[in-house]
Amino acid sequence: MLVDYGVIGLMLLSAVLMGSMLLGLGLLVRLRNPTPAKLQPYESGVPDVDPPKGRYNPRFYVVAILFVVFDIEAIFLFPWAVAFGVLGLYGYIEAMAFISILVLGLLYEWKKGALEWV
Amino acid sequence: MYEHLISSYIVGFIVLNVLLGLMAYMTWFERKVLARFQDRLGPTRTGPFGLLQPIADGVKLLSKEDIIPANADRLIFLVAPLISFVLAPLGAAVIPFGRSITLFGYNVDLYVTDLNIAALYVLALGSIGVYGIILGGYASGNRYSLLGALRSAAQVVSYEVVLGLSLVGVFILSGSLSLLQIVNEQSQSLSFGGLQVPNWYILSQPLAFALFLVAAVAETNRSPFDLPEAETELIGGFHTEYSGFRFSFFFLAEYINMIVVSLFASTLFLGGIDGPIADGVWWLVIKALIFLFFYVWLRATLPRFRYDQLMGLAWKVLMPLVFLNIALTGLIRLFGIGAI
Repeated sequence: MLVDYGVIGLMLLSAVLMGSMLLGLGLLVRLRNPTPAKLQPYESGVPDVDPPKGRYNPRFYVVAILFVVFDIEAIFLFPWAVAFGVLGLYGYIEAMAFISILVLGLLYEWKKGALEWV
Repeated sequence: MYEHLISSYIVGFIVLNVLLGLMAYMTWFERKVLARFQDRLGPTRTGPFGLLQPIADGVKLLSKEDIIPANADRLIFLVAPLISFVLAPLGAAVIPFGRSITLFGYNVDLYVTDLNIAALYVLALGSIGVYGIILGGYASGNRYSLLGALRSAAQVVSYEVVLGLSLVGVFILSGSLSLLQIVNEQSQSLSFGGLQVPNWYILSQPLAFALFLVAAVAETNRSPFDLPEAETELIGGFHTEYSGFRFSFFFLAEYINMIVVSLFASTLFLGGIDGPIADGVWWLVIKALIFLFFYVWLRATLPRFRYDQLMGLAWKVLMPLVFLNIALTGLIRLFGIGAI
């Protein structure tokens, strides 16, 4: 168990080292000549007028909320799928009841316009 | 125990390096194939068939200035590309490249590790990988970058659900999340009236395969789902402010992700290392190459989606189909062919 995950940890460390080495190698050869104009955010040549971290569309929140519901559903369905042979018909009916509640929720959101992106 | 850890790590290190090399040549492959689609020749000047082009590109990017914008969130800006790059190749750790062989008297497994939750682990890595894009876009201090990052988050999050749920049908058939187990299940051949057919899940789960393919292209931010980096409207999206090697890290991550997803798809649906004759890693390579070619083919053929079409496709088309697939697979498993 520990070996199985430990080797992934080691791979992660190696990948971090490789990435840092590549960046370090670049540090030796690349130029460094910052000028105030160069450090301006890119705005197609137009001067920046208001702060970039301003407002953004609330629809992104709706998508995030939908995601949480359905991703948790996926996590619940994985163990059921793996144990399908053991659970049989009874498990199938229960899972379908669970899925249909969520599908009803999806249909309700659809009807209410939460899925419209205009 | 430590011997096992060392041998696994050596395999892991080789996989890591091979992936990095392959990724460089994936850029070459894409440019060559795309050029052919557009009736051009692609890179020809650097070495035979332009084979040294990735190296030339690497050296060029390495020597480029690393610009950090004045109002960037400095630390996050510097670390974000590294997050994308580091997490991308880890998914290959659970892909079986073969079974066990005996080498110098040691028993060596031709996979890095065989987790019992391998498929879940690959999906999880895919969603953590998007942090690099979100943080990079947020830290750039640029409106376009922030918009690209938000789009990327919403897109990956939507298609993540489809990707995960499309695999439920496969797990119902395999009864395991371990990729080695899934490959073993697919190696058994079925016979239909004397005709021997491989038990590959693409045959028993065609709908799941189609859904997985669409969701996987969207997950890797590839054309026609490349809205986070739409050049025409977002001037590059999350990587607008990045330059030099940090910029290339985002690209390396994207190409490594493509390779890992291709390996993952070949393992789940096409039997992985299983082939008609002489099972081995070559079958996996051929299958993965088909998927990689498919990626380039899509890019050469399809125009980019509009954002509302993209979200509509995920929630209104793919989501109902995914549930239909789960319900049908369960029914067939209970009452149809291969009933328990």
